[in-house]
Amino acid sequence: MTALDTMKAKDGVDQETVDAVQSVEKYKYGFSTDIEMDFAPKGVNEDIVRLISSKNEEPEWMTEWRLQAFRRWQQMDEPDWAMVHYPEIDFQDIYYYAKPKSMLVKPKSLDEVDPKLLATYEKLGIPLKEQMILAGIEGAGDTPAEGRKVAVDAVFDSVSIGTTFKDELAKAGVIFCSISEAIREHPELVKKYLGSVVPQSDNYYATLNSAVFSDGSFVYIPEGTKCPMELSTYFRINAENTGQFERTLIIADKGSYVSYLEGCTAPKRDTNQLHAAVVELVIMEDAEIKYSTVQNWFPGDENGKGGIYNFVTKRADCRGDRAKVMWTQVETGSAVTWKYPSCILRGDDSSGEFYSIAIANNYQQADTGTKMVHLGKNTKSRIVSKGISAGRAQNTYRGLVSMHPKAKNSRNYTQCDSLLIGDKCGAHTVPYIEVRNNSSRVEHEATTSKVDDEQLFYCRQRGIDEEAALALIVNGFAKEVLQSLPMEFAMEAQALVAISLEGSVG
Amino acid sequence: MLKIENLQVKLEEEDKQILKGLSLTVPSGEVHAIMGPNGSGKSTMSYVLSGKGGYEVTGGSATLDGVDLLAMEPEERAAAGLFLAFQYPVEIPGVGNMTFLRTAVNSQRKSRGEDEMSAAEFLKVIRAKAKSLKIDAEMLKRPVNVGFSGGEKKRNEILQMAMLEPKMCVLDETDSGLDVDAMKLVAEGVNALRDGKRSFLVITHYQRLLDHIKPDVVHIMADGRIIKSGGPELALEVENNGYADLLAEVA
Ligand SMILES: Nc1ncnc2c1ncn2[C@@H]1O[C@H](COP(=O)(O)OP(=O)(O)O)[C@@H](O)[C@H]1O
Ligand SMILES: [Mg+2]
Repeated sequence: MTALDTMKAKDGVDQETVDAVQSVEKYKYGFSTDIEMDFAPKGVNEDIVRLISSKNEEPEWMTEWRLQAFRRWQQMDEPDWAMVHYPEIDFQDIYYYAKPKSMLVKPKSLDEVDPKLLATYEKLGIPLKEQMILAGIEGAGDTPAEGRKVAVDAVFDSVSIGTTFKDELAKAGVIFCSISEAIREHPELVKKYLGSVVPQSDNYYATLNSAVFSDGSFVYIPEGTKCPMELSTYFRINAENTGQFERTLIIADKGSYVSYLEGCTAPKRDTNQLHAAVVELVIMEDAEIKYSTVQNWFPGDENGKGGIYNFVTKRADCRGDRAKVMWTQVETGSAVTWKYPSCILRGDDSSGEFYSIAIANNYQQADTGTKMVHLGKNTKSRIVSKGISAGRAQNTYRGLVSMHPKAKNSRNYTQCDSLLIGDKCGAHTVPYIEVRNNSSRVEHEATTSKVDDEQLFYCRQRGIDEEAALALIVNGFAKEVLQSLPMEFAMEAQALVAISLEGSVG
Repeated sequence: MLKIENLQVKLEEEDKQILKGLSLTVPSGEVHAIMGPNGSGKSTMSYVLSGKGGYEVTGGSATLDGVDLLAMEPEERAAAGLFLAFQYPVEIPGVGNMTFLRTAVNSQRKSRGEDEMSAAEFLKVIRAKAKSLKIDAEMLKRPVNVGFSGGEKKRNEILQMAMLEPKMCVLDETDSGLDVDAMKLVAEGVNALRDGKRSFLVITHYQRLLDHIKPDVVHIMADGRIIKSGGPELALEVENNGYADLLAEVA
């Protein structure tokens, strides 16, 4: 018996919602066949939270966990300190659960896939086999992709569709599955670690995510294990007006290693979409996680219309001594980005690195950066941020480096470079530095430069057209960060840099 | 063949005429030198030929093998075979010299409808050419012109020229600031490219470069036009007497 069967109209929940929720539930059993999407009704309330939980066939403790978060969220206010501006979001005008049509009826071949999406894959140089997996082609994930060894767990909208390479990973003892599967199959791990890095009440968006997250990825690397391949999740936002609340939890047990890649492409959309993901990384003694993101959501058109609002909470907890984490991100999409992948350096001698390229073009607004919280002795952190602004975009780097009293002999190095293309855009650097012991050292370097006409002309005189020249110069500017990406991802990221700057010169 | 006829150019931003009826023809296979006092418009000419912004052509024409250069985008002029060795080569941080050059070679090939050069072939060719210009592997990897000495920058320009195999090479004071040995390397690089078809327009202040690169014709430019043309002896005359006499002749 699911929670839904016993659902009654309670105080404050109108009958309409209950009916809608129940009718949605019916579709699952095939009473209706002509629906495009398997939707829950718009808006969020305790019943929607219960619905999501029951859709994922979650145990009671999980449902309770969500409800607890939801109640917290209702008492919170949306933050407004970031340097971003957008129309007020009506949280009751968003769908919180949608199962894509492609999940129900998978395309048989690439011919049946949206050509625009394929064109994007093409420009990014994604191999054909992988394009098929990404597009959710029936059977495409059954045989491994040639060329690169990447396990792809494709998340379409709210539901994980396919996971490949599962056998090989299982042999190594690695658990790589959707978070909903993990909740069912590995409750002891999820109970122990979920919310342990990003607490339920951490911030407005994270709390909302805790209540309504639809799906996401779960990774557990056992003690002493080097994950035999790069792990990769591609996210795509599919349905209009669908809130995206992905939840990722990665645990690297003692002495283990994993490199995880996250990438996204999105088809063109007219209305703003909200995305509020939470990523939690737990790194034990002598373990290491590399987490790379190439993010390419629809940024809005050249007039600033449309585009995705991206409010992400990503945090890594170096729980054991000598634990290491490296965040690398290439942010080119979204109309509004609010994102600060952070490192809690709790273990002695642990280290955190943050490499970031944030590109904002047209009317995009990006407020990103990182937090390095040094708690343990001899901890080290390094921040390399490359912000690129073009068009009328505003790009803000916001970074916190905090050395606690016990974090003796700790070091931070921050390099924060901004590149401006044209004269209508802006770059801002907001560093917060707190040093509460006298043996630690913090270094901060910042530069701002412009792509100058002389450089562009020099390239063009050699036969390189203006857009390619700009891409070359910008990729050069961001080289240090691109180099910290896994090889195959670096190529895609370079192509992405070029695509996202199209139309910003000439 | 490069043919410039009565070219008149002013600055876009202000009402300042810089080229005032410049005419010049460099037939295919020939080497011409241009000398002239500072500020006479030599660099401006090279920029206008290659399509740099900021200048307005108010009259005249410039063609390469009969094709109107002035109507094309800079990269199209490059693909059509025009190369400019810059007086002040620009630095491009983070972009490897080799990456840059391969992008350039293949962009030009692509726009001419030719096959791209493979990585292996490119590497083979560039290594051989770099060697003769005494450019080591390290310098090929470094970002374009970043931290290069004056001499290294100029040799790098010649390397680019050698890789791109242009029809028409314009060299703007490539010898300025070079010691004798570096200048010889540059001259040898240029001479190695002389094949009876390729043309050169060498802008210089010094006779000593012309000892190594023997010009067919020497032009003297002053105040935005050619005031005198002649054989190699004209360069010697400038070397010995300066521009005063020549300027007085036309005044
Ligand atoms: N972009 C510019 N802005 C202002 N003045 C310029 C510009 N380009 C050239 N000039 C002027 O045009 C004249 C010719 O300059 P240039 O072509 O550099 O001469 P040359 O190379 O023969 O020394 C000079 O008076 C120079 O100051
Ligand atoms: Mg000059």
